[in-house]
Amino acid sequence: MVQQLNHLRESSSQTAGPYVHIGCTPNVAGIERMYGGSDLGADMVGERTKGRRINIVGRVLDGIGAPVRDALVEIWQADHAGLFNSPFETRGDADPEFPGWGRQAADWDTGGFEFRTIRPGRVPYFDGRLQAPHLQIWVAARGINLGLHTRMYFSDETDANGEDPVLNMIAHKSRIPTLMGTVEGSTCSFDIRLQGDRETVFFDV
Amino acid sequence: MDNKPPSSGAFFPRNFDLHPPASTPRYKSSVARSPQQALVSIGNSAGELTGPAFSREILGPKDNDLTCNWARPGQSAIGERIVVRGRVLDEDGRGVGGTLLEVWQANAGGRYRHAVDQYLAPLDPDFGGCGRTITDEDGRYEFRTVKPGPYPWPNGINDWRPAHIHFSLFGHGFAQRLITQMYFEGDPLIPLCPIVNTIHDQDAIGRLVAAFDWPNTIPMDARAYKFDIVLRGRRRTHFERN
Repeated sequence: MVQQLNHLRESSSQTAGPYVHIGCTPNVAGIERMYGGSDLGADMVGERTKGRRINIVGRVLDGIGAPVRDALVEIWQADHAGLFNSPFETRGDADPEFPGWGRQAADWDTGGFEFRTIRPGRVPYFDGRLQAPHLQIWVAARGINLGLHTRMYFSDETDANGEDPVLNMIAHKSRIPTLMGTVEGSTCSFDIRLQGDRETVFFDV
Repeated sequence: MDNKPPSSGAFFPRNFDLHPPASTPRYKSSVARSPQQALVSIGNSAGELTGPAFSREILGPKDNDLTCNWARPGQSAIGERIVVRGRVLDEDGRGVGGTLLEVWQANAGGRYRHAVDQYLAPLDPDFGGCGRTITDEDGRYEFRTVKPGPYPWPNGINDWRPAHIHFSLFGHGFAQRLITQMYFEGDPLIPLCPIVNTIHDQDAIGRLVAAFDWPNTIPMDARAYKFDIVLRGRRRTHFERN
């Protein structure tokens, strides 16, 4: 006999399905005027938000290269100083004018998404080394059985990217560009490929 | 803030045996949407340990009552009235308080209010199909709705979804983010469903089936179902390396 750990087991994931927008972005889905007419996470940046503005634009693509037009994309990121707007942030107080979290449904016709946000500061990896500025991204859709975690880094942060602990953990260096958003002025382009030759790196967090 | 104070420690590593694999060919939509490469395991830093917290101020008074939150004035959704109640827990059995829970579902006839859904069953002019709430400090939640109908879907020649309600949960850290589905005790379609059967662990499937909760059934109003959801737990030790 030994003592029992008595841990519960995590509930299993099930696909978000084709109607995820009814629950998560109802005003986009056509449930007009739901929740006061605005969807959570639609707007991230206000006039008083600190930091350099950047628009993240991209698509989620399937293994055939077709846009995943029913995808739901969420981002979670640090503020301009590298702090998260969360009660579980222990390093300091984040910019109260920046939620750090955004959520968008892919455009029904093009499969495109756009986040109007700011460029995040650097956040330490758990061992203390600084990570390069990045967004955490979570993708759910019909056909995705367990939500996918990935990251977007910024192509113009060459030095920081070179020393990023997570990027350096990727065994196949040829896959690192799948995590690079291409910065051009105030726009950053980033496609997420679920499968295929240039499959995006996804993470077990 | 609505969340409990910080507790140290990374989340328990996810047990992928409890979850569907990415590619499950009997659920055809997964085939071209499933990554083929191994996930890169990176552990938890501040970004994974933290997550968005939502204030109860965002909630409207009817947000957790799907029978009337999209109904015309004085009207109510058609169908079997039910309440769904339970707790959001972590793997240590602790309630996950102050976390947003979003639900969506088909109407009583099995039809979604969505451009993609062309099923024969009619729309209900008084049913939108979504609701949300925030758990109390012990992780408890409840909402009222009508029982969703089962419906056929294009996958195999004759595949039907069991009656189900979709749940989206945040937890306290982004690494806990989870979308799942709740099924109903006694539904004969559960073991036949290709989406249910993406999960290979029968006990894990059972934990997604809500129990008919007779004691909490509200006389002359609504039957009750009990559905607990478990999110990843986190280490709690003074000997943390991170």
